Amino acid sequence: MASKAPERPETMASEQVPDRAGMFGEYGGRYVAETLIEPLAQLEAAYFKFRDDPGFVAEFEADLSHYVGRPSPLYLAQRLSEKYGGAQIYLKREDLNHTGAHKINNTVGQALLAKRMNKTRIIAETGAGQHGVASATVAARLGLECVVYMGEEDIHRQAPNVYRMRLLGAEVVPVRSGSKTLKDALNEALRDWVTHVDTTFYIIGTVAGPHPYPVLVRDFQTVIGREAKTQLKAMTGSLPDALVACVGGGSNAIGLFYPFLDDAGVRMYGIEAAGLGLETHRHSAPLNTGKPGVLHGNRTYLMEDENGQIIETHSISAGLDYPGVGPEHAWLKDIGRVQYESVTDEQALAAFHELTRVEGIIPALESSHALAWALQLAAKMTPEQKIVVNLSGRGDKDINTVADIEGIGL
Amino acid sequence: MSRIQERFNALAGQGRKALVPYITAGDPHPEQTVALMHTLVEAGADMIELGVPFSDPMADGPVIQAACERALAHNTSLRDTLGMVRSFRQRDEDTPVILMGYQNPVETLGTREFARLARQSEADGVLTVDLPVEQAGQALETYREYGLDTVFLIAPTTSEERIKKICEASSGLIYYVSLKGVTGAAHMDISEVKNKVREIKQHSSLPVGVGFGVQDADSARDIASIADAVIVGSALIRQIEAHLSDHDTMKKKVAALLRDMREALDRDIPEAVLSATNS
Repeated sequence: MASKAPERPETMASEQVPDRAGMFGEYGGRYVAETLIEPLAQLEAAYFKFRDDPGFVAEFEADLSHYVGRPSPLYLAQRLSEKYGGAQIYLKREDLNHTGAHKINNTVGQALLAKRMNKTRIIAETGAGQHGVASATVAARLGLECVVYMGEEDIHRQAPNVYRMRLLGAEVVPVRSGSKTLKDALNEALRDWVTHVDTTFYIIGTVAGPHPYPVLVRDFQTVIGREAKTQLKAMTGSLPDALVACVGGGSNAIGLFYPFLDDAGVRMYGIEAAGLGLETHRHSAPLNTGKPGVLHGNRTYLMEDENGQIIETHSISAGLDYPGVGPEHAWLKDIGRVQYESVTDEQALAAFHELTRVEGIIPALESSHALAWALQLAAKMTPEQKIVVNLSGRGDKDINTVADIEGIGL
Repeated sequence: MSRIQERFNALAGQGRKALVPYITAGDPHPEQTVALMHTLVEAGADMIELGVPFSDPMADGPVIQAACERALAHNTSLRDTLGMVRSFRQRDEDTPVILMGYQNPVETLGTREFARLARQSEADGVLTVDLPVEQAGQALETYREYGLDTVFLIAPTTSEERIKKICEASSGLIYYVSLKGVTGAAHMDISEVKNKVREIKQHSSLPVGVGFGVQDADSARDIASIADAVIVGSALIRQIEAHLSDHDTMKKKVAALLRDMREALDRDIPEAVLSATNS
């Protein structure tokens, strides 16, 4: 042990957050109705008890290896890199995980917690359906009842995932309130939790929500960045120059970024959905255009009107169609550690086709946002430089959406 | 002495319990709210909880969600809500009004500006559903500075330690959530509620109101037997919802339900006491 230089310095800036109240600077916290305070405190106590428990850690790691299929490859997209003539583009292949996205890393972890807390029922919210599928999957594996809340709008655009959840034995409840998308599904899941708080474990799918969810989900997702760091070192002997990931709630991005936060030479880009364009107000880019407020249990950047009402968002990808963002991203934006940019529907769609045709990998529309930015970035860099893009999910679920847009009936 | 405190003192002197209806400002239409508030008072309300509409009312059941959506269809803002309180005060200087809502619209307006306008409109108390006592520090000071009562929820899941903390931060009254669930649910267990209200009273001399599961005159009377105030929202709003196109009938139905509850609450109060109040 002593012969090797420690990979991480003694004190990391990244370990200063969140504080004990779950605050990342002025963001995060626990803004919920009183009924949920005690269950959240119980979850927090259980999580911090098990987080460093060798038995828990070993079980989590074994599940990641044998059930999820980790480590996921770090793939050098050679033809793509050459085509853009700049940096070497590496793809962190979270799309190759069981169930096809990074979401499973988190649901496996939370399911282990649910089991240790003797909960018999799992609930989840989902946008694109990836987190719903990942939750239904772990529930099936543990023999737990599973209810997934999904906006009616999303149910239509993600039909294959709805069927997958049902095959896995989950009940998919259409949410018809508000804008009928992810934010409303989250409201409905919180209402369910408040009502069935004794038996139910709420698996939140992203690094948002009341404390301890943002830290808990982050911790389960950092396996992405830890692996990427080790893999790139083994392949090239060095750190990447830049990391790129898409940001809706922000769990795949934080999972990739977090282990690199203290590596000052690594630039980081979180890519929000610019939808039809930031100037059209038909987008999902709170970090680019919103301001801090309180929603879904935490303080963070939000898209809201002049009266503080949350406004409807738009993105071609259901997984990014959310008016808030994880509080740690809000903090990383304010301290300037991560640069938050945006990519339109059209640019994402072009990147979707580009990767499919040049590398034979069909990316999720969410991940296509990261890819679109990375291609622009790579072109401005040199071939000695390296970019790691989080390919957070596979695009099979999106083929109907893409075909629709292009006027092709499937 | 705050209006809320005065009203509770007066009621206690008569051996009566407070009836506190909730409606959402701007539902079914902003022009109806002030008239509805007067209707509530005429039908026996001792104080009014006025909901501030929010796009994501995560602690509310489907009935109040729909009320928020109707209000927001007319763009009813927090500022508009305060304007309604001001108009209400032109005819009613005595009935306390508690503003109940969510944190984001307050922050968008600015906590201090909100407190200032609330004072100016002669609102009496503030209850922010998603602002638990730990996160409320700064807001509490501001509200106190402007003479607004700070009302908090206590839930069936609230630990004794937190009950103490919440009691310390509360003024006016304490709002006990009668069940694990959202507003308008129907699975309240009266003996559990009784035990919890007793526990709260060990830590505070403030009046305790109970809400979330009050459906009708009978459940209102049950609650009144163990608490100082009965809070009813969804049951009234169901009447609003059922008569959206006919505002006169709507007011009559809302008033009739509230009057039933009033009578149930006052059933054992001597006639002489009641007629003295009504005059």
